[in-house]
Amino acid sequence: MGVGIQVEHLNAWYGKSHALHDINLKIEANHATALIGPSGCGKSTFIRCLNRMHETTPEARVEGTVKIGELDAYDGTSPTQLRRRIGMVFQKPNPFPAMSIFDNVAAGLKLNGYRDRKHLAEIVERSLQSSALWDEVKDVLHKKSGASLSGGQQQRLCIARALAVEPEVLLMDEPCSALDPISTGKIEELIFQLKEQYTIVIVTHNMQQAARVAEYTGFFLLGKLVEYDRTEKIFTNPSDKRTEDYITGRFG
Amino acid sequence: MRTRFQQGLDELRQKLLRMGGLAEQAVERACQAYQERDLTRCQMVLEGESQINRCEREIDELAFDLLAMQQPMAVDLRFILAVTKINADLERVGDQAVNIAERVMDMVGLPAADLPVDIARMSAAVSAMVRRALESFIEGKAELAQAVLEMDNVVDRMRDEAFITLVKTMNDHPELTRQALDALLVARNLERVADHATNISEDVIFWVRGADVRHNVALEGGDQQSPQQPTAQPAVTESH
Repeated sequence: MGVGIQVEHLNAWYGKSHALHDINLKIEANHATALIGPSGCGKSTFIRCLNRMHETTPEARVEGTVKIGELDAYDGTSPTQLRRRIGMVFQKPNPFPAMSIFDNVAAGLKLNGYRDRKHLAEIVERSLQSSALWDEVKDVLHKKSGASLSGGQQQRLCIARALAVEPEVLLMDEPCSALDPISTGKIEELIFQLKEQYTIVIVTHNMQQAARVAEYTGFFLLGKLVEYDRTEKIFTNPSDKRTEDYITGRFG
Repeated sequence: MRTRFQQGLDELRQKLLRMGGLAEQAVERACQAYQERDLTRCQMVLEGESQINRCEREIDELAFDLLAMQQPMAVDLRFILAVTKINADLERVGDQAVNIAERVMDMVGLPAADLPVDIARMSAAVSAMVRRALESFIEGKAELAQAVLEMDNVVDRMRDEAFITLVKTMNDHPELTRQALDALLVARNLERVADHATNISEDVIFWVRGADVRHNVALEGGDQQSPQQPTAQPAVTESH
């Protein structure tokens, strides 16, 4: 099951550049939360702070508190421990090109020492079922490589790979921006189903997508969280003029 | 800035104002026709109806295109929804003007009667409501719209008084029944126009504040929650 995320006084820097300013946010468990805002506003940096990927960038640093359920991400938790509980899907599908579909999904489990082939096969099937890819690949699991799939299928394969380690949170950084509308529709449908079991945080430039899939939406601007509320409120009657100017396209 | 979208919204505003002007003019002409038993004005109202209907279709088509092609959000979405609803109300205002004109045409064939009802006063109040409702749309001011809502009760009372006095007239002077009935129907048509002006004002408030104030459910500033929303609200936001 998904867990809630509590962020308090989160600040992030790239060298001297202050990228996130005092972010305070409570993300509801088992809901989809969308983060929107113009390029460079800090939304991707924010989700990279949730799974401690931000600190992998040279000279990047973070201050503040991030709690994934009861787990303090920055106090007494290793990045590996944390990332077992937080899956991530990126803008561009990145399957392991030389691995079969099966091995792509099983990669995380094998890395964690799983060797029981029967159990692995069960988890691979369940993960591919959850990512709505099973029916399309069940007959070629070992024959085809991850790279042989279409873009939309590759992205669902990456989702299956993330789900295989049974995370509690799924971070998605513009997961549909490289996909056609049909593949996008499948991923959105998937997000809708997955939030029953996972807490989902999705960064998107597509505001209609945010409106379609997320119960909560946060608007970032210049490294600050300007407004965070229920999605229908943000898109019909936002409280902050800056949010309204952005979502109505009056910006710039 | 989405220039083409803004041009579309401006065009929609202009078209609705033109429609509003035609509907307002129709009501005023119908009321003057009643006061002066003027068949020429009646004819003008009848002929003007097709123009109002044409405007209604054009506005709906443009609003439909903007919704489909531009995916408006927030204040723009509320504006377009409000325009489509105001559009329907203005068309109905035009219909009421036609109904009044038809009553007058019936009335002119009858002997003139001095009825104890002040239709002129009621006409003035209703015309003022329509004018102010349209002003609130032009200015985008919810306060002006709010004032129109308060005027509706006055017109309702005028209609009630007209009913009582005209029914009494019919009882006391049966020979004036048809004239009294015409006047009573005109009073009812005017009261309906006032209702449409009220609807228009409510739509302006919805557009400007994001608040649904229909059916006397007053809400401040659009911060209402729908009943199905959970009580737990997300914690917000930046410290400025």
